[in-house]
Amino acid sequence: MSRQLVVGTATCGVAAGANKVLARLQQVVAEKELDVQVTETGCIGLCYREPLLEVRENGVRRLYADVTPELGEKLALGEESDPVVAKHLLRTDDGADADGTLRHQKRIVLLRCGFIDPGSLQQYLDTRGYQALRKVLRMKPAEVIDEVLRSGLRGRGGGGFPTGKKWQFVAAQPPGEKYVICNADEGDPGAFMDRSVLEGDPFSVLEGMTLCGYAVGADHGIVYCRAEYPKALVRLRAAIEMAREAGYLGENILGSGYSFDVHIKEGAGAFVCGEETALMASIEGRRGMPRFRPPFPAVSGLWSRPTNINNVETFANLSWILLEGGAAFAAMGTERSKGTKVFALAGKVQRGGLVEIPMGMPIRQLVMEIGGGVAEGRTFKAVQMGGPSGGCIPASMSDLPIDYENITATGAIMGSGGMVVLDDTTCMVEVARYFLSFTQAESCGKCTFCRIGTKRMLEILERITAGHGEPEDIDRLLDLGQKVKQSSLCGLGQTAPNPVLTTVKYFREEYEAHIRDKRCPAHSCNALVNYVIDPEKCNGCTLCAKACPSGAIVGERKKPHTISLEKCIKCGRCIATCNQGAIAKV
Amino acid sequence: MTQQTGNSFARALWRTEGRQGDVIPLLQAAQEAYGYVPERAMEEIAGVTGVPVSEIYGIVTFYKQFRLTPRGRYVLKLCDGTACHVNGSQDLEVAIEDALKIKRGETDTELLFTLEVVNCVGCCSLAPVIMVNDETHGTLTPRKVTTLLKKTRTEAKSS
Repeated sequence: MSRQLVVGTATCGVAAGANKVLARLQQVVAEKELDVQVTETGCIGLCYREPLLEVRENGVRRLYADVTPELGEKLALGEESDPVVAKHLLRTDDGADADGTLRHQKRIVLLRCGFIDPGSLQQYLDTRGYQALRKVLRMKPAEVIDEVLRSGLRGRGGGGFPTGKKWQFVAAQPPGEKYVICNADEGDPGAFMDRSVLEGDPFSVLEGMTLCGYAVGADHGIVYCRAEYPKALVRLRAAIEMAREAGYLGENILGSGYSFDVHIKEGAGAFVCGEETALMASIEGRRGMPRFRPPFPAVSGLWSRPTNINNVETFANLSWILLEGGAAFAAMGTERSKGTKVFALAGKVQRGGLVEIPMGMPIRQLVMEIGGGVAEGRTFKAVQMGGPSGGCIPASMSDLPIDYENITATGAIMGSGGMVVLDDTTCMVEVARYFLSFTQAESCGKCTFCRIGTKRMLEILERITAGHGEPEDIDRLLDLGQKVKQSSLCGLGQTAPNPVLTTVKYFREEYEAHIRDKRCPAHSCNALVNYVIDPEKCNGCTLCAKACPSGAIVGERKKPHTISLEKCIKCGRCIATCNQGAIAKV
Repeated sequence: MTQQTGNSFARALWRTEGRQGDVIPLLQAAQEAYGYVPERAMEEIAGVTGVPVSEIYGIVTFYKQFRLTPRGRYVLKLCDGTACHVNGSQDLEVAIEDALKIKRGETDTELLFTLEVVNCVGCCSLAPVIMVNDETHGTLTPRKVTTLLKKTRTEAKSS
């Protein structure tokens, strides 16, 4: 077999320069007529070392990190013993990776992600793709649902409702037009699991939807995908075309008599459309506003027909479950949360990326062993889970095994899998303010408490971070938070106060420091810090004085400068321009 | 608004079956063609779908994707997702504002740059990130952004 060079060209790889590497490889291979095959793959998961390039030769795989076009050229020419090249070697085939990121992972959803070319149906088939569908088409729909029930799979979009039960409700509706919707409206800031799966293994999502359609008796599927994910949309469209051509979608699939087709609806940018009733309103061409349930979508959903909605990761689990059996899936995880969960690890962590772990792994192991902990000299403070609907779990509680019930008990939620690590330079009040400004702006405005209550809460948080907090503000936040939770119709409002409530619960002293002492312990809130120049480090280059819009920085050329606290407007421009790292916030 | 771009919206209007569910795809087609949703396009969509213009206006203002004013040739999407936020996206915003003299949501007078602040572009491990049109740039600093903008401007001038 010839030598294969595989470049990770998911969105994060491309952002780090993977396209330039790919172009150079193709150029070199063509010019020198090398016997080398150059292909693309999806997210390999080690986003912190992108661009990544894997060399496959004689059944051996070697992964190289931080690849430049020059390095790619050397690899194409087979100069792997070059010491410069060897330094970039991250992982060899025996699974020994240089820093342990992959050691504790278990891949089901991401099985093919970062391995196969997402643009090749053949590679999907070669890795046992569509075998589950072949098997399922010989089963009765009720048997399929039983298998899913046995697996204990719960909705990966955040709610955690048992997938098999949801299917049962839809299947129980009288036959007729039914819909399967894939929720790919991944709107949580800090989450990129669904994007990576759609970009890296689109066929697995399509297969999952087809399996679901067969089980519940639907012949029409819709993927509702964010328009902000251009690459995912391109790959998904291509995958649908290929699947149709090969007879895995469309009329009479594989000669079974069962027909199922999938279309894409592009979202138009509204966080609330992740909520199922709002999502359906959006597909119907209206403002994406949630409505009262019941009737549940299983009874009356899209165009008032029975509708089954699952998210991308849920669908991506299904082909594995139906091929290996529900029991194999249920053997992993904790008592009530089975299988694995994909997390997008980001924030103040050393090795951010896409990881998949068995349920039940302690948060600490995920952050420290897989993520490599926070930067040297910093302290791990908390993780934020579940995005704007979730909350902050302090480092002191990080021995908690990850499952739906445990995470909910802390006041956060499992959510779709965004995990943002925070260190001692992150201000928890500011984090709460940030999330509330998000949900406040995204509230559709239907429920009064969500519309006005979040606004009032945001105003309180803004005044606390600006140093004008009042002693009663914490109680006001708690009181309003409860009321917003109780009086909102949909998940957005019911969970919007979570970031505030959890930070007050676990980091009350930070709120008090802002309010009482007018101090930000993390030195993050601009209004509560002072900028100073370290005379030891300052070399008097005058860059900061030129950048300062208020003329607060004075000093002679080549002599240490000083900042006038009266004139300083705390805009941060001086820190951004300083080459010496001489300016600090205290 | 060139002849050619306008036609892609016209084609979408011809092809549509004119159901309520087609309103958002048609608005997207209009924006794709013109860079924003002109009032005339909303009227055309109302004509083929039978949905009142007032309701269409309500839809346009509900979704963040739609704009009612033209944009610059380069749209800067500054990501302010959680990871970017804690990694200094505000500093990037200040740098862009300084370099282009525009604030979020605004377009410069040459119609070259538009600055938008978006929730999350899903490249969290490369935070902070901005997108210039469809191209993503990661692990930025205020200085790198300034260089990037200069380079983009030079590119624009030379083409």
